[in-house]
This record gives sequence, C-alpha cells and structure tokens, in this order.
Amino acid sequence: MMRVWTPAKGPVGWRKPRPRVPFMFVGGGISPVLRGAAGTTDRGDMKSSFHGLRTRAAWALAGAGAAFWGGAAMANDLLGQPTPGGIDLQPGVTPLRHHAIFFHNVILLPVITAITLLVLGLLAWIMIRYNKRANPVPAKFSHNTKLEVAWTLLPVLILMVISIFSFRLLFAYNDMPKPDVTVKAVGYQWYWGYEYPDQKIGEYVSNILPEDNAKAEGKPFRLAVTEPIVVPVNKVVRVQVTGADVIHAFAVPAFGIITDAVPGRLNETWFKAEKTGVYYGNCRELCGVDHAFMPIEVRVVTQAEFDAWVASKGGTVAGAAPAAPSARSADAGAAATPAAATAPVNPAAPAPATPEPKAPAGAPAATSTPAPSAPAAK
Amino acid sequence: MATAAAHDDHHGDHDHKPSFFVRWFLSTNHKDIGTLYIIFAIIAGIIGGALSGLIRLELAEPGIQLFKAGSWLASTGLVDASKHGYNVVVTGHALIMVFFVVMPATMGGFGNWFVPLMIGAPDMAFPRMNNISFWLLMAAFSLLVMSMFVDGGPGRGFGGGWTAYPPLSTSGHTGPSMDLAILSLHLAGASSILGSINFITTIFNMRAPGMTLHRMPLFAWGVLITAFLLLLSLPVLAGAITMLLTDRNFNTHFFDAAGGGDPVMYQHLFWFFGHPEVYIMILPGFGIVSHIVSTFSKKPIFGYLAMAYAMVAIGFIGFVVWAHHMYTVGMGIELRAYFVAATMVIAVPTGVKIFSWIATMWGGSIEFKVPMLWAIGFIFLFTLGGVTGVVLANAGIDYSLHDTYYVVAHFHYVLSLGAVFSIFAGFYYWYEKMFGVKYNEFLGAAHFWVTFVGVNLIFFPQHFLGLQGMPRRYVDYPEAFAQWNKVSTDGYFITVIGVGIFLVLLLESAVRRRKAEANPWGEGATTLEWTLPSPPPFHQFNELPVVKPDAH
Repeated sequence: MMRVWTPAKGPVGWRKPRPRVPFMFVGGGISPVLRGAAGTTDRGDMKSSFHGLRTRAAWALAGAGAAFWGGAAMANDLLGQPTPGGIDLQPGVTPLRHHAIFFHNVILLPVITAITLLVLGLLAWIMIRYNKRANPVPAKFSHNTKLEVAWTLLPVLILMVISIFSFRLLFAYNDMPKPDVTVKAVGYQWYWGYEYPDQKIGEYVSNILPEDNAKAEGKPFRLAVTEPIVVPVNKVVRVQVTGADVIHAFAVPAFGIITDAVPGRLNETWFKAEKTGVYYGNCRELCGVDHAFMPIEVRVVTQAEFDAWVASKGGTVAGAAPAAPSARSADAGAAATPAAATAPVNPAAPAPATPEPKAPAGAPAATSTPAPSAPAAK
Repeated sequence: MATAAAHDDHHGDHDHKPSFFVRWFLSTNHKDIGTLYIIFAIIAGIIGGALSGLIRLELAEPGIQLFKAGSWLASTGLVDASKHGYNVVVTGHALIMVFFVVMPATMGGFGNWFVPLMIGAPDMAFPRMNNISFWLLMAAFSLLVMSMFVDGGPGRGFGGGWTAYPPLSTSGHTGPSMDLAILSLHLAGASSILGSINFITTIFNMRAPGMTLHRMPLFAWGVLITAFLLLLSLPVLAGAITMLLTDRNFNTHFFDAAGGGDPVMYQHLFWFFGHPEVYIMILPGFGIVSHIVSTFSKKPIFGYLAMAYAMVAIGFIGFVVWAHHMYTVGMGIELRAYFVAATMVIAVPTGVKIFSWIATMWGGSIEFKVPMLWAIGFIFLFTLGGVTGVVLANAGIDYSLHDTYYVVAHFHYVLSLGAVFSIFAGFYYWYEKMFGVKYNEFLGAAHFWVTFVGVNLIFFPQHFLGLQGMPRRYVDYPEAFAQWNKVSTDGYFITVIGVGIFLVLLLESAVRRRKAEANPWGEGATTLEWTLPSPPPFHQFNELPVVKPDAH
C-alpha cells in the first residue's frame, strides 16, 4: 500500500556526508549558535548557522512529501521561543527534545504524510478513472480477502515500527539521570512560584512581565516574566511541579517537557539544557481567567553565573551535588502534602498592581535577571 | 447487503396526521421526532458556530480586542466581555457542538428517521420514550444556555472547559453557573441513555423478517454500536459530575486533595466517558458514508462484514484508551506505555474502514452528486485527522504537543471536518426522503466547496501553531503566532459564507417545492427506505417487508 519508511538508511546513506550534524538532530536546529547568556533579542543570527541545511533539505525532499514541511521552515527558527510564521516544532536544546524532534520529523511526519497522500492519490485516481463517464458499467465485486488481510496487517507493521521509536522515547523521558539541581515550581492563579530546596532559595514569585517593560527590555511580551528560573547549562535539572489552587501545567517547548501542576501531587520532569540562553514556556492547562498570562522563562547560564545568582538570591551553593532523596515514586502520583498547605508566600497576585516584593536589592549582575519592575497589571 | 422484496405502500390509508400541536409537541412518530432533532441540531449548530466566530475574531490578532470592556461585544451584553467570558465561550462552543449538534443530528435525527426505515420497522420500539428523549434534550439545552447567563464565580457563566476539571470547576467556579451546566449534562445524558435503550431494543427486536444482523445496513450497525457506547459511558459521566455537584454543594471531597480526594480521579472518570464520546460522534457517520459511497458508485459495499466489525472493534477499543488524554498528569510509566499501545491499535480498524470505502468506489461508476462530494471530502479529511491522532498517541510526542493547537487541529479534523461532513452528507443524501422536496444541486455543491476550503483554511494552519507550541484555550498569544491565526480566522469567514449558502438552499427548496422522487439515486440505492415514497407515509411498513439475502 505504501512505501515503508526506512529510517536508518535514508538519511545517512545517499547524500554526501557534508552536514556533519548527527542526523538525529535534523529538525532540531541545534547547530552551534553563539549566544551569550544575556542574548534575548531576535535571533536573526540563527540563519547563518544552517550551512548544512540545503543538503539536508535536499535529502528530505527525496524522502517524502513531508520534506517541505520539515526542511523549509526550519531555516530561520528561533531558539527558545516560537518563530513568526513557523510551521514546525520549535528547535530543542535538550537530548529529549532532539529525540522527540527526530521521532516526529523523521519517523512520524513522513509516515503520516505518505498515508495521507496515498489516500488522496487513490481518491484522485478513482475520481478520474471510475467516474460515470469513464466507467459506465460498474464492477460488482465486494470482497478480496488478500487485499483485506494486507491492509490490516500492513498498518499493524507500520505501527509496530512507530512504537519501537515511541517507547524508546517514552522511556528516555522516564529515565531521569541523577539530578544536579532541583527546582520546585508551584502553579498559582495566575503566576508561578519557584523554589530551590537544595540551594535553600525560598519560593519567589514569577509574574508575567508587563507589556511596557517587555517592550523596554526588548523581550517578547506574553512570554517574558519578572523573575525567571535560572539553571546551569549541561546539568540535569529536575523540576518538581505542583499546583496550589487549580491544575496548571508547566511546559517548555524547547526542552520538550510538560507536566501538570496538580494540587495534592508532586509531579516531576527533567531536562538537561545543552546551551545557555533564554527559553520560554507557558501554562498549558486551562486554569481560569488569566490562563494565557502566566508564562515561564528559563535562563540557562554557566555554572559560575548560576552560583552567583544563587548567592544573590541568598541561597547556599552546595559544594557537593545535592543528594536529594530519590523521589522517583512521585511520578506515580504519590501524593505530596496538600499543596496549599506547603505554599508559603504568594505575595504578588497578578491582579493588583503590586511592586515585586521579594527580590533582593542588588540585582544579580551576571545573569541579567530583569530588575524587579513594578506593576504586574495588564 | 439486503434488498427488499416487493412491497405495497398504502398511500393515504395510514396517513392520518394528528393536529399540529399534537403532532409536533406530543410526537410519538419516529420521523417527526427525527425532524425535530434535525431542526434542533441546525439551530444549535448556528449558535455553536457563532460562538466559534467569537473565538476566531478574538484570536485574529494578538492582544485582546473583543473580550474587553468597550468592545462591540460588550455593548451587546450577551457574553461577559472579559477574559473569563472568552473561556465561557470556548466552553459553550464545545458543549453545544458535542451534545447539542453532533449527537442530536446523527443519533436523534438520522437515527430516528432511518433506523426504523432501514430495518423495515413501523416505528421505534418505545415511541413515547422517544418523545421524552427529545424534550429532555430541550430542557438540557435550556439549562446550558441559562448557565451562560448566570454568575459563575469569576464572572458570568462557566469557563472551565467542556472537560470541567476540578478544582477549577469546584473551588474555581463558585457561582451557580456550573451547577446549571452539570444538571444540563445530567439531562442530556438521561436523554441519550433513553434514546440508546430505544435504539438497541428496536434494532434487536424489530428487524423485518429475514433481516439478520449480518444483513443489516451499516448505518443501523453504526447506530447500534453507538447506542451501546452511550449506554456504557454516560452513566460514568453522570457519576463523575454528580460527585462534582456534591463536592461543590455538599462538602464532599471526592476531587479535593485537601480532603483526601484526588482531582486526577475526575479526569479518569471523565475520559472514560469522553473518549468513547468521540466515537459516539463519528460511528453513525461511518455508516452514513458507507451507504453514500456504495450508492453513488453503484457497487455493493466492499467488505461489509469487516466494515461492521471494524466499527465494533473501534467501539470496544474506544473504551480502553481513555488515559491517552492524561499523559501529563503523572501516571506511572507502565500505564502510559499501555495507553500508547492501545491507542495506536485503533488505527487498524480505522484503516480498514478507509480502505474499504476506497475499494467500494474502485471499479464503480461514480456520480458526483452532492452527498458523494461530502462523503469523499469526509474520507480525505478524516484520514488527515486520523493520522495526526497517530502522532498524538505517542506519549513522547505528546509531551511536545499536549494541549497545543495541534490537538485542536486534530480533533477538529476528525469532528468538525469528519463528523460534520458526514452529517451534511447524510442530510443531502436523505433530504428528498425526509422533506419530500428536492434541493438545488448547484447550491449544494457550492456549499460543499466553500465549506471545504473554509474549514481547511481554519484548521490546517493550527497544526503549525501547535507545533510551534501555541497552547489551547488562550485568549491572547505571543506575537509569533499572529500569522497563522490570521489565516485561520480568514478561513472562518469563508466557512460562514458556506453556512449562508446552506441556509439559502433550505429556503430555496422550501419555496420552490420541487416534487421528490421515491428513489432519486437509482440502482445504487438498495436500502429499504428507498422502497417507500418521499416523504414516507406517516406510518410505514404496516405490512412488513421480507428481506432476502442478495449475492455478496
């Protein structure tokens, strides 16, 4: 019925080996982008880094109709935030996201495109060949056992191939390495509270950055926040997520992660960002009036910058990697204490225009954390 | 399938119609009740479509234009012009489309009209219960509309989504609006359960002599399986929302973590209903499309038994995949792996159906009348929506796409472009039979093409938005999503033109009153309803038709 996709051979095999980017990263756009920790503005610089793109696109065209989708638009994709007019997955900076992008762009997208085109092609052929004028006398057959067995078994085979990749990815998500840093994220209506238990940084509030401030600072409005999460690069970061009032969801596309913030549960997920930079995410579970206005901003910085930031926050830089109690079972939904009880400070609810009360006076220099700016009103 | 033996109509003899009030308000005639359902579904569809218009207008560009004080929407006073009002509109759109458009059209409308006709029965098994099913739905709709106008807590109406997850639907919405919505769903559920009992009884006991289950038309099969799905899933929904009701009003803590409950429990219960519900909306459409494809290809349905049992398989598997809506709530890895595998299995019987429709057309002598256009459109668009379902079935990808517009695009392709296309296909297929007049062929074709272009323009770009990470149910979005949202909104306007053509078509046929034929489709139309005049007599099959096996 359709050409079965051969994932291993296609990419590596038949084009000249110039793009040295491991094929797995085809959709990722993870080519070396030189961006300082403070780089926040538009990413026009991305384009230059895609020297291998043409070759890759050429390969992709040969592959399946999906090529256009997978290859064309990737060229200018921004890192860490959506691209205007973008049509593909946001590029990633974590191994999981690369894996997911590979799975989507190289396995799933060609398969579903081929199936759709097959059905479209058959329908087109039928409309041309078997319309009333072209075929005045209809056939009368209504069975063909071989064909029926074939179109039952072939999809089964395709699905089995897909599932191999699917399970590999799913279990990769599940197998969190030993975490270096733990961040606790608490969803509130309608902002996030972050806490670094191992660094003894108490919960601080992260509101949406008001439009005027965002403009002034050249940051994307509705994505930027007053106080981001700051994490070190190339370290395994565990995010423990819970909800204080209703269910929220902590999602950062560039990391390929999402976990629901459910009151009474402590869910966890993890990421290991390979590149410093700013990565934006959103709340992705309907949580009421200001659901669209509680974005997530993660700053990935060098270890030194991270340590400086921790110090500026009044935390302690743990000498040894914090050996947090293995909370793997949390994933299975082991109920934490009711979140409402554990959540101590939630001073700046977004509705009233409250000045940010928490931040220490001296703005942490190295990380360019936005200075606490006053009003949270929209 | 089955052909009818020669059958005598008793023109006039049994055509004693009751007076207007008795006929339409105390109706026990399956055809009249079916007509009521269809009229209701059209009206509810226009309301639900208008709500989606508000959504698309708001999302046409970044920033909040419509749902704020001082907009024209605020001056109408109909909807709370606030961010909460947007959530209310999203919720209302979903609930109306699911419970008051698609289900009444497929089950209530076409099911009532054509199940008895197709199986050679004089009426439904329980005509009065049939009547109360319809009027319960009226009551349910009234409650839902009322709920949009009373206090919800954050503002007027309930804005917690059609899934109504607690705690947002309990402590997050303290006003009476949610209670009205819960009672509305209770009544709608009761209506559907009664209807299902009626269909199952009718199909099991009232088939014409000689019509075994394996000779029964596929539409009747679709309705039968759907009825079982409703019967088994709706009580679970009723239980879940009853617990919501008591959590809200009687201090229970089923879903309140602080009291020892679990909000995720609600999600399990809801989706145990919610997932079969999506098959409830599409299975009758599968049946309709099978008949249309066969009729206009002038060929018997390819692989009839496989088609019937593919629907059975879809219905069955539909009950064991619910938690694929919940990959992100923190389920154990084994559970997630199971639900990935089970979900992908559904693609197999669905594929059997798609390919069997294609094989039915293969070798045929196809006439592209209006119903056939909609049916072919359905096959293609449902395939497109189905393959994105295969993508989303993979939990590993779901972590990138969960609750984004990719999901919105996916389920609108299978429902808005799938179920609704099958409804229009059935509507045009049976139009003459139901109303006794012909529609204008050109207007019907124009309706199809305009709608086809419009809905694809709405929903295809939403795949892009979802891949880029635009979350669902957002009243406002980052600038980067502006371009495709604009295209999507443009598509909405084209679709509105399509709706306009549809209404003109209805009006034109009502004014012109071209006389209908008993069987306008010729040799391809083999089911029993085409042996009757159009419209059928008020009471049909007083002498039961005898069905003989035909060669297939």
